Amino acid sequence: MKYLKVSNWGYSAQRIFIICAFSIIPLALLFTFAYLPVINMFKYSFTDWNGYSKRFDYVGFENYTRIFSDPEYFKVFIVSLYYFVATFLQMGLALYFATILSFKVRGKNFFKGILFFPYLLNGVAIGFIFLFFFKPDGTLDMLMHAVGLGQYTQLWLGNPNIINVSLAGASVWRYMGFNFIIFLGAISSIPKDVYEASDIDGANRWQQFRHIILPSITRILQLNLILAISGAISAFDIPYIMTDGSNGSMTFVIQTVHLAFKYGKLGLASAMAVVLLMIVILVTLVQRVTMKGEE
Amino acid sequence: MTQLKYTLASVVKYASLILAAFIALLPIVVILFASLKTNAEYASSSPLAPPANWLNFANYVKAFVDGNMLVGFKNTIIILVISIIGATLTGSMIAYVLDRFKFKGKKIMVAAFLLATLIPSVTTQVATFQIINALDLFNTRWAAIVMYLGTDIIAVYIFLQFLGSISSALDESAMLDGASYFTIYWKIILPLLKPAIVTVIIVKGVNIYNDFYTPFLYMPKDSLQVISTALFKFKGPFGSQWEVISAGIMIAIIPTMIIFLLLQKYIYNGFAQGSVK
Repeated sequence: MKYLKVSNWGYSAQRIFIICAFSIIPLALLFTFAYLPVINMFKYSFTDWNGYSKRFDYVGFENYTRIFSDPEYFKVFIVSLYYFVATFLQMGLALYFATILSFKVRGKNFFKGILFFPYLLNGVAIGFIFLFFFKPDGTLDMLMHAVGLGQYTQLWLGNPNIINVSLAGASVWRYMGFNFIIFLGAISSIPKDVYEASDIDGANRWQQFRHIILPSITRILQLNLILAISGAISAFDIPYIMTDGSNGSMTFVIQTVHLAFKYGKLGLASAMAVVLLMIVILVTLVQRVTMKGEE
Repeated sequence: MTQLKYTLASVVKYASLILAAFIALLPIVVILFASLKTNAEYASSSPLAPPANWLNFANYVKAFVDGNMLVGFKNTIIILVISIIGATLTGSMIAYVLDRFKFKGKKIMVAAFLLATLIPSVTTQVATFQIINALDLFNTRWAAIVMYLGTDIIAVYIFLQFLGSISSALDESAMLDGASYFTIYWKIILPLLKPAIVTVIIVKGVNIYNDFYTPFLYMPKDSLQVISTALFKFKGPFGSQWEVISAGIMIAIIPTMIIFLLLQKYIYNGFAQGSVK
């Protein structure tokens, strides 16, 4: 970098140079891939554009009224509820395992590794793994036969009443480790002598959890809750790879992707994305405000 | 009595851990079993049954060759290396400017980066697609690279956090020796950011390796497929040949497994830091 010879300049000139040179690329990328799409998305959502024709017409709020009046578009929210409920199970499990693995346990690192590992796996691989798991005479059916529950086997991915439970289950399997590792980190930052003091006072494990651990990780719990909500609404990989939204497993994002890239209804897809974005922002704001109230 | 209660609690604790480990491992282990079975053996045996021959790698060869996974690995590595180097440089540069200098518009810049985290990238995919198209990047590796560089702001946060803990007295003493701001960044800040860089490499590396929809939407061309999209294609030609699909799955997750075993400690730290935004 000697040819720049910036070192010969005065520090004030250098300052301006370095501020500009170092921020121009990140800012350009930020604008092009974070803000410009949002602006364009709002614009497209008021049009009937198909994504490739030269011209498009403004149609006002037509796309929006369609989303909220046509049950076909609206029912994707009901699918989100399955994922939303599942995230509570996921966080409960994560919290339970993070708590017991913060204390003395045999094989601690082994269990830590195994519980976290699924989160690191390739999304497509997980989709296939669970196709195999749920398919007729697949892993789950055979396991149920082995323990004598054979008569309860189902078409796990063929029955519209069960499919979303199956898919949400796969999602819990995939993401539990993420919550777990975050909780583990938060719990391990609690000073050890707090536990020692409570041990002397005769507190049991539950009381320690209730009065020491839980209050110290409230913030991180709230953060995970918000990630859970936006995660539930934006569920995509697993249902797309496993079922492509068939049998009543259509999620918001699959719907949007289909509309935009399969059926060329880019205006409508953009309106759906705007609604999705609004929900996520609203939830985030509500959470920020309630969190501020507690501090 | 208390002794009994203590034992019972401990039984529950270990039973739940073993059950959880079983549930976490079983879906993967059956895939490993299936991947080592011959076609006839797969058809006649239960998924829970181990393979007759643990060294039957025929399916792996078939998956790797017919599934074109070498192309997938090549593209994944190219994209991974360029994106990570780029993200480390741009992320640390902007963090250096934001942490070390006071200037007009700095607050707006920080706010702009913060606000962007509120936008889930899946929601803006449709509009992003048009931009990639307009930039003539569709069906090139650069489509994925610029998006991995641009949309992820976590790196900036991690660097900012670390920079806050590096004393600016170091910068000042370097300035007394006549070092330029660039030299300070390159020779002092960057080397001290090493733990943060490792964190960024891990968090971003995992995301990029496992990402499916970016390459799927933006680089559909066969010669540009990455591991995720190469594996996704198994759905067609291998349809019900689960022993071959299973081998493909194992090929895709074995690198993750090796890296996890080698870097466990760093990965835990990386995620703990990467998540607290």
